[in-house]
Amino acid sequence: MADLLGKDFTPPDIHGKVTGRAKYAEDFRMDGMLFCRLLKSPMPHCRVLGIDASAALAMEGVVAILTAEEVPEQPGPANNILTNEPHFVGEPILAVAAVTETIAQNAIEAIELDLEALPFCVDPLESLRPGGPNARTAGNTVESGEVQEVKWTEQDFAAAGEGELPMGEPGAEWSYGDIDAGFAEASIILDETFVTAGTSHHSMEPRTAMAYWQNGKCYLYGSTQSQSHVHPGIAAYIGIEEENLVYIAEYCGGGFGSKGGAYPLLSIPAHMSRKTQRPVLMRISRAEEYFLGSARPGFQGRIKIGFRDDGRMTAADLYILQENGPNAGFTDMGSAASMISIVYTPLNMRYRGLSILTNTPPRGAQRGPGQNQMAPAIEPLLDEAARRLGLDQVAIRRINAPTHDSRYGADRGPITSAYMREALDQGAERFGWEERRARSGQRDGSKVRGVAVGQAFHSAGRSGLDGLVRITPDGKLHIHSGVGNLGTYSYASTSRVAAEVLKCPWENSEIIRGDSSKGLPWNLGQFGSNTSFTMTRTNFAAATDAVRKLKEIAARRLGGSASGYDIGNETVFARGNPSRRLTYAQAAQAAIEIGGEFSGHEAPEDIHDMTRRAVAGLAGTGLIGVARDNLEQTGMVPAFAVGFIEIELDLETGSIEIIDYLGVADCGTVLHPQGLATQIKGGGVQGFGMAVSERHVYDAHWGLPASVGFYQAKPPTYLDVPSKMDWHAVDQPDPNNPVGSKGIGEPTMGCAGAALVCAISDALGGHYFNRIPVVADMIINTVSQRTQSHRPLQVNTQ
Amino acid sequence: MSEMDSFGESGTTVTLPATPSSWSRRDFIKGVIASGVSVSGMSYFGAGCTTPLPAQTGGVERLLSLTVNGQVRRVDVLPGETLAMTLRYKLGLTGTKLGCDRGECGACTVLIDDVNHYSCSTLTHRVRNRQITTAEGLESPDGTLHPVQQAFIDELGPQCGFCTPGQVMSAVALLRENPNPTRQEAREAMSGNLCRCGAYDHYLNGVMRAAREV
Repeated sequence: MADLLGKDFTPPDIHGKVTGRAKYAEDFRMDGMLFCRLLKSPMPHCRVLGIDASAALAMEGVVAILTAEEVPEQPGPANNILTNEPHFVGEPILAVAAVTETIAQNAIEAIELDLEALPFCVDPLESLRPGGPNARTAGNTVESGEVQEVKWTEQDFAAAGEGELPMGEPGAEWSYGDIDAGFAEASIILDETFVTAGTSHHSMEPRTAMAYWQNGKCYLYGSTQSQSHVHPGIAAYIGIEEENLVYIAEYCGGGFGSKGGAYPLLSIPAHMSRKTQRPVLMRISRAEEYFLGSARPGFQGRIKIGFRDDGRMTAADLYILQENGPNAGFTDMGSAASMISIVYTPLNMRYRGLSILTNTPPRGAQRGPGQNQMAPAIEPLLDEAARRLGLDQVAIRRINAPTHDSRYGADRGPITSAYMREALDQGAERFGWEERRARSGQRDGSKVRGVAVGQAFHSAGRSGLDGLVRITPDGKLHIHSGVGNLGTYSYASTSRVAAEVLKCPWENSEIIRGDSSKGLPWNLGQFGSNTSFTMTRTNFAAATDAVRKLKEIAARRLGGSASGYDIGNETVFARGNPSRRLTYAQAAQAAIEIGGEFSGHEAPEDIHDMTRRAVAGLAGTGLIGVARDNLEQTGMVPAFAVGFIEIELDLETGSIEIIDYLGVADCGTVLHPQGLATQIKGGGVQGFGMAVSERHVYDAHWGLPASVGFYQAKPPTYLDVPSKMDWHAVDQPDPNNPVGSKGIGEPTMGCAGAALVCAISDALGGHYFNRIPVVADMIINTVSQRTQSHRPLQVNTQ
Repeated sequence: MSEMDSFGESGTTVTLPATPSSWSRRDFIKGVIASGVSVSGMSYFGAGCTTPLPAQTGGVERLLSLTVNGQVRRVDVLPGETLAMTLRYKLGLTGTKLGCDRGECGACTVLIDDVNHYSCSTLTHRVRNRQITTAEGLESPDGTLHPVQQAFIDELGPQCGFCTPGQVMSAVALLRENPNPTRQEAREAMSGNLCRCGAYDHYLNGVMRAAREV
């Protein structure tokens, strides 16, 4: 299988991107379309006692107002559609539709709100103090879906030394081995408190949605990473059956986790359209994207690790306090712990974590949620251990690197493959590690060199989803993909597996996607680095089913048994006599005539209802190949990435120039080299942002945000990253995937962030910053031995 | 005061009747479209301005001719309207993207007389007699892509693609000004265009490839 896989190709959606013809959610128009704007909370936590919209509704061109009472209430700490008890600045209270957006905005400004200010909190530690404020009236943490109150004692706080994280009763805990024995065995022990900042996703497309209703169905144009995966959730937000939602998401202008699942904002135009009986477009501003566009939770953490003389990590003890935003949030802290368990395979480990609610934007998954905050916090400590033990930085990582037999996380489950050592070795050679290391600490005027390596991990594949392909009587192969289109092109590269299995030329294959009415199968979304593993399996399963059906059709029409037939050149032919054959076009026609499972009039029992509906809608249009991915999966599928970096740090200005960067991936067999290259480098760029510039800034006194623009929240520009970046892949197959593939999107970011923080530390002789991002003023303060402007555990700082 | 009211009370617009109702204004526009005076397929008056427009002051001709992608387009433009809004909501040219609508990101970059500008920060009334080029206007009539567009495909420049039209326009502007840039010059010339996917390396490869072929 090598005709299509492992080769570059032109993805079908790229032409529209360079010509401007690609239609994102904001690019669709309907006659009579209204515009919708949101009235958002000006306070971090308050109760809406009254709404006077009389002046607004009297304005010329204002059509309707939509309030929280008119939309489905979301239970407990879930993200709201609209609410009368906002829990963060910018949370939508109501929406107004008008004939123009300007009128809608003017109407919003004419609405009088009567608000009761409620207690709020932007720092988990403050909330944990006895008598400290709670982010929600019911409490400050979420336990099994319920909001609870948790406070630590004065003794808990007093027990922590100056600048150390207090560690009271945790909300989650697991361990393996004997942590005390592990530390007893260690010859060096490092114990550090750290803070990682909350960060915005900064998707370039501010999330937009347009909706209208026709014959009882809601047609919604939205911006999501996923297609089928978000469908049930969006239908629920609208309050309709899945079958009554037509969801169109052909392009997504960036998501990075923030558009992986359904989000409530998508449903507001649908509700407004139902109310007004007119199409409604709602776009939000860049500033609003910083409230409503999700964010990565920050950590206040403490990590204690011990090493033997030979560099082996004998014990790791992690405590994380997660700044979670006001709602259910995400599982970052647990994922951070699991990352340590598999990247460094400590012989003994304990994890404790507590997620505390704050009145800041709701948190969700952001590229490598948990794993990628952890990497830049812990990796400089590997370097410190290496220095103390007289080991090389690559060598200490190699000593602790996972192998195929390594175990993962709390349950010590198996993994499918690990080539971290190969990634380190091959990367070191390609980067010229030894030669560059010799430049570590070299001075040139005010500038000093730093050379470093960083590692990261994310799980990278799932199973049990469905595949669906169709051969039509014109002989064309249609690969139905419900995975979505995040922009990685993996929706396309994984679809090529179906063409490969069916030995069908790519030119005669078409990917059907982007619109739920086209008959799309139940697939996972484009998140969690899973697509390359998951979708190659579903497409393999569906295409294999189509091959079986082609052979059976040939046997029925041409005689003999199905096993006597083979496929090639878009025909199914008798093994001994290739002239006895049906073309794919003829076989598709025959499938329609025979009916049953061949034409999609019958479907397998074990497929998802969404796939069943898709098959029913396509029945009779050709030969249907459909199957659930029941291929074996023997463990967690890990993706590993390693970053090598050389920087020049200016001791006078604190500015950093990245001289060179190499990202190396262990993502199984490479499906699409160019696509992989963009993931490694693009993830690298995001990692640099996480390491040195991006962060939430909140005013602790008023709970107001101060990072609501690109220029404030600081994603990297062309000038912040190296002019050229290099990449490499280990390219070893994963045994659980029919084409050897694993995902990779997320760890490409964490390894780069870790490498850059390590390089800064290296340039400064091993200084550990206890804080990510390492911004320029922190560097200058360190160099000039001045006190930092932040308190040790302070969050949301400048 | 909403701009609807200001429109209706305007005494300065000789080409438009003074009407207090938004609906009669829409009807008027439909009439303009039907009569072929305007080439716009869709009109959404004042549709996209996220901040209230100032009340209309005297002396501004609202129905104006814009030269976009080589064609003269007749379009009704509000006094405070940005070029991005005119292109996207009145001329149907949605390839020009709005990433921030305040001059931070460059997704809305277009060429005005061959120079790249943020169209979100350009008033349409200021570009009446200028040549405006958007991403949709770069292909040859036979569909051949501009070398920058083709190079961005060949180098797999775009990821999510939302910033891509703006990146394309900045690259085209650079190569018109400097057909043989160094990579460093290209990097600086492109630095007004943000890409959150971090595809900078691939876009720069595209710019350098296009420079070899222009």
